[in-house]
Amino acid sequence: MSAPLLSLSGVSRAYGALKAVDDVTLDVPAGARHALIGPNGAGKSTLFKLVTGSVPVTAGTVGLDGHDVTRLPEHQRARRGISQTLQHSSLFLSQTVEQNVLLAAQRRHGTRRSLVPRRQTAARDRVRALLDDVGLAARAGTSVAALSHGERRQLEVAVALACEPTLLLLDEPAAGMSPAESARLVGLLRSLPESVTVVIVEHDLDVVFALATSVTVLHLGRVLLTGTPDEVRASTAVQEAYLGTGRESLFLDHPGPAHLEVS
Amino acid sequence: MSELAGQRSSPGAPAPRTGEATGGVAPPSSGATAPAPSGRRDRGRRRLVTAVLAVALLAALAAVPLFVDPFGTNTISRILVFALFATSLDLLVGITGLPSLGHAAYFGIGAYAAGLVALHWTSEGVVAVLVAAAAGATAAVATGWLAVRSGGVFFLMLTLAIGELVHQLAQSLSSVTGGSNGLFGIPSVRVAGTPLTLPGYVYWFVLVVALLGAAGLWLVASSPFGAVLRGIRDNEPRMRSLGYSPFRYKYAAFAIAGAFAGLAGGLFALVVRIVNPADAGFTTSALFLLAVVLGGAGTLWGPALGAAVVVLVRDTFGPTLDGHGPLLLGLVFVVAVYVLPRGVAGLGGLLRGRNREVPS
Repeated sequence: MSAPLLSLSGVSRAYGALKAVDDVTLDVPAGARHALIGPNGAGKSTLFKLVTGSVPVTAGTVGLDGHDVTRLPEHQRARRGISQTLQHSSLFLSQTVEQNVLLAAQRRHGTRRSLVPRRQTAARDRVRALLDDVGLAARAGTSVAALSHGERRQLEVAVALACEPTLLLLDEPAAGMSPAESARLVGLLRSLPESVTVVIVEHDLDVVFALATSVTVLHLGRVLLTGTPDEVRASTAVQEAYLGTGRESLFLDHPGPAHLEVS
Repeated sequence: MSELAGQRSSPGAPAPRTGEATGGVAPPSSGATAPAPSGRRDRGRRRLVTAVLAVALLAALAAVPLFVDPFGTNTISRILVFALFATSLDLLVGITGLPSLGHAAYFGIGAYAAGLVALHWTSEGVVAVLVAAAAGATAAVATGWLAVRSGGVFFLMLTLAIGELVHQLAQSLSSVTGGSNGLFGIPSVRVAGTPLTLPGYVYWFVLVVALLGAAGLWLVASSPFGAVLRGIRDNEPRMRSLGYSPFRYKYAAFAIAGAFAGLAGGLFALVVRIVNPADAGFTTSALFLLAVVLGGAGTLWGPALGAAVVVLVRDTFGPTLDGHGPLLLGLVFVVAVYVLPRGVAGLGGLLRGRNREVPS
């Protein structure tokens, strides 16, 4: 683990008087498996949008691999290696599974501006390998509209990986997946090379603790704590933020798929 | 799954015509891209049927002047011209998801350009239509930069405004365009120096150029660039997060559509030999937007069929209805929207009960 790949400094996003993300400073080293957790409304998804550039910051700077990318539009940040899956599926519904991944893969394989049909052998090989990885190889020709929710989530991951990211942002990738699907996802994410840095927002703590080498807890838009998974488990401040005082056993006993939404 | 794909497409076999048409010209729909051997064999068979149908259609189109009287031949010439125009509009509407209300502007600019070239320089057909395509592209590059930055209703309004602007210019620059009298006296088209005086020869010239134009549009639509356009149509924010700059692609699509609209306009000027401001105006734009929807947006060949319907109703049946052609067109359109939610091109899927994924 070396210099920070992602470096947030005093990043804020205000919607009127509401500060969705409030003065967040956070360094994610290259190669890290970093989890962002926190109750609903803690600003996790907003923070992702500030990193990708789909929402501009109101204050602070976003650094990627030593460069200040705060002023860059979203597509240019994506070309510098940021790739994401979104909390709510965001796929190309009228197209097939293969075409969805190919759109992401062809940008990396130099044929995207071709005005005549191409075989796109390299890109298609990559697509096939990725679909194998996420268990959708048999569904390559299926329309996305016909996929189950879990399959769509897997496809999201394949699309994000097809961009060959250096920074992969996963927003609740396992939400709504069956246990088998989510185990497969964890296996896939664990098998990613060190050259891919992963930041994951996830409510399923099984997934978080199976993957993360470091964890940041957000609460009301602020960083409550950044530390190793063990430090986070042990922190009373974290437990209070989630649960109020008096029930400190959740992280220690680890009761299955703990859903932390405070509804 | 390979077996599944094979099974699913084989019921399409009894109705190869409709099935083929969708699979052939349109981008591959579900099942067509299955990598398994049986899927490939199936695809091979579909391709063969498509090729046979295409050759039959080409032969029929080429034989038109031998069997149809000159008036009918001329009508079919105009249908070909407007089919190319509707197909170019479909690149914007159906493939890129940019419904334009001013596409006739580029058609009209192409028509005036070809007419002026024929009047003042040379009536060599190839030169005239190439100049027309260049004029359409140039105009689209000049105006699209603004239009493409907006979306939805704003894009509609901006393209409408551009169309009206061109219409107005055609009216008022009467020293160049002939004003509301139109640009007339366009000499008959020449190919390699020989004037084509018989409608049959003109028809063949139009057929060749229109087919080349349609092939060009088809290539663009099935290219990786075309795939990006479809991605923008389906989910523009997602394309941005994949690292694509939607503006550039939409701008390029706008320019290409303008070029082919200009090409169609150039053909129009050579066939009809008079160009009126109305050819660049709102009515033309709206009628062929209707043709695109009627035929099935996003399929390219569907809008060409839609254009045939529009031209026939407007120019051929319309006069026999005491000028109530537009009324009939309106009725056809309302019925089509209810009965064929995906246009004529969706008919095959509808017959096979595969039309469940109608975007709502």
